Amino acid sequence: MDHLDQLENDSIYIIREAYKEFKDIAMLWSIGKDSTTLLYLVRKAFYGHVPFPVLHLDTSYKFREIYTFRDTWAKQWHLNLVIARNKDALARKVRPDAGNKLTCCGELKTEALKQAIKEHGYRAILLGIRRDEHGIRAKERYFSPRNNQFQWDYKNQPAELWDLYKNNESAEEHIRVHPLLHWTELDIWRYIQREKIPIVDLYLAKNGKRYRSIGCEPCCSPVSSEADTVDKIVEELKTTSISERSGRAQDKERAYMMQKLRSMGYM
Amino acid sequence: MNDFPLKLVITGHVDHGKSTLIGRLLFDTGSLPDDKITEIRQICSALGKEFEFGYILDNLEEERDQGITIDTTQIFFSSKKRHYVIIDAPGHVEFIKNMITGASQADTAVIIIDAEEGIREQTKRHAFILGMLGIKKVIVLINKMDRVGYDQERFTSVKNAYLDFLNEIGLHAIQSIPISASNGDNVATGSSHISWYQGPTFLEALDSFEVPNSLKNAPLRFAVQDIYNFSKRIIAGKVVSGTLRQGDAVTVLPSGEKTQVRSLEEYLRNPDSAETGKCIGVMTTDKIFCDRGYIFSDPRDTPAITQQFRANIFWMDKISCKKGQQIIFRCSTQEANGKITAIHTVINSSTLELMGSDTDEIKNREVAQVTIRTDRPVIIEPHTKTPELGRFVLVTDNVSAGGIITEVLL
Repeated sequence: MDHLDQLENDSIYIIREAYKEFKDIAMLWSIGKDSTTLLYLVRKAFYGHVPFPVLHLDTSYKFREIYTFRDTWAKQWHLNLVIARNKDALARKVRPDAGNKLTCCGELKTEALKQAIKEHGYRAILLGIRRDEHGIRAKERYFSPRNNQFQWDYKNQPAELWDLYKNNESAEEHIRVHPLLHWTELDIWRYIQREKIPIVDLYLAKNGKRYRSIGCEPCCSPVSSEADTVDKIVEELKTTSISERSGRAQDKERAYMMQKLRSMGYM
Repeated sequence: MNDFPLKLVITGHVDHGKSTLIGRLLFDTGSLPDDKITEIRQICSALGKEFEFGYILDNLEEERDQGITIDTTQIFFSSKKRHYVIIDAPGHVEFIKNMITGASQADTAVIIIDAEEGIREQTKRHAFILGMLGIKKVIVLINKMDRVGYDQERFTSVKNAYLDFLNEIGLHAIQSIPISASNGDNVATGSSHISWYQGPTFLEALDSFEVPNSLKNAPLRFAVQDIYNFSKRIIAGKVVSGTLRQGDAVTVLPSGEKTQVRSLEEYLRNPDSAETGKCIGVMTTDKIFCDRGYIFSDPRDTPAITQQFRANIFWMDKISCKKGQQIIFRCSTQEANGKITAIHTVINSSTLELMGSDTDEIKNREVAQVTIRTDRPVIIEPHTKTPELGRFVLVTDNVSAGGIITEVLL
């Protein structure tokens, strides 16, 4: 096995553990490269099937390309797609204006997820976050509990030894499962390249710009790049000195913004 | 370049410089994104501090305010020779379960000691835990040499005292290096201050570390995770030792049924073989009964089926462990109820002082040699033979202990 095989197998093990140990499970699909890779691994783990709902937290501010990609592949892969929107907040016209990104992410993503978990009774959620994306995410466990307020008790996380993952949840919590935690951005792209996984073309350069990380259109800025193919992205990432989420506004509006978002239940 | 990253945990007493060392290493090898350096400069100047390398890893607000690491972090980095995953482990005694979490993921370890302060409580406890987790070789760094005037005698005396301790607990130091993480002496580059030291820098020592051998030639052990019936019946699991091949005869435990591997199943592929670490599906020639926790084994060399074994455990729960109390034993994909039937010895994990023998209680952060009895048969082996079938956790409400099996009792 090479390094990518090792990463793939470790992730498939985690996905299968989560599916076996938790009855009501769903996965979050943001339609970005990481959760699309996760979805691909789920299909590999279950022989082409996706045996649980795939949840999209729709803020309504996503790029048009994201919606198109979602609908095309949801059909192709026979997904049980659940679209979660915080309708109340959208009716109140919550939007990502300068200075309130903490509120906007909180309402349109975290709160939408809370509502979906409550409505559908999910006990475990698979998500595609990675340690190298952000220092706060580097502190995560593979199986990470959230209480009923959705809080992440980052100062008192349970021990996680070897590949023996948490398999019991108390009545009031849900478990976040992170099968891609140990992958780097470059690993993801090398795997997309090797396995020919489809991705939203916002990642590919047009007119000297491309997106390293995608989400809501108003809060994402592109980076300068000539990488208009996956091969060129892999080459670019080997030498870049700019971090992946440098174009994501919600990470840096205030000091420790990501920590605050995450402790309240953000992904 | 070697494709596989070496996973390395940095351990040592609180404030002996673990986070600073990693920050310095990343900085000196150009591994940090420009915007990250700018961000840390800004935070440090806002706090009226000089550039603080520890901030690269200590991302939590509480960690930076208090200047300590609370939870374990993993960071990726490459030298010219290979890739690394560096695991920063907290050095404060309160966060020992986070240190164990980090260390359990590592191939090898570094222990860092403050030259001025010398050997402290966690310097010893961490080494002891590393040994328990199966790590045998470590690199010892004597840090903050600048604070002791780069004095060779101070280095030698701290080093010798510590090597004696490692020797006592069966760990081997492949290298002992005098460094200053904050000044960069002997981290990624040599030092003009330490002309009396001729050995490798920390980075050179890392690059020469040998990656542990794969278990692919060991006897087959395949741990069943789940049974799928999407379009056909597939037994899904992980090869935890050896290599599983199409056509192989296997013994299925605990039933003892014998069968053959008809096919190996991956999505859209039927490989001929699956080596250690592979998650794979199996179809057998006979219709066998099988469930999660079953182990497929090489028929010529099968693991033990037993309800009793001796083990070393590290208790990491504020609530003490009582002899005879109900616990859940988890090993690979197996799970069984059980109890600790005897506590032979209890040792203080820092001083190695014997706290009691044939006792009734194990307290938080104590290491004990125990006998465990499970309610039903489990398939296990000594940790030295098959690590995955020789290491386990004990669960009460949460994971309360980790341990390794030293002797199977039949």
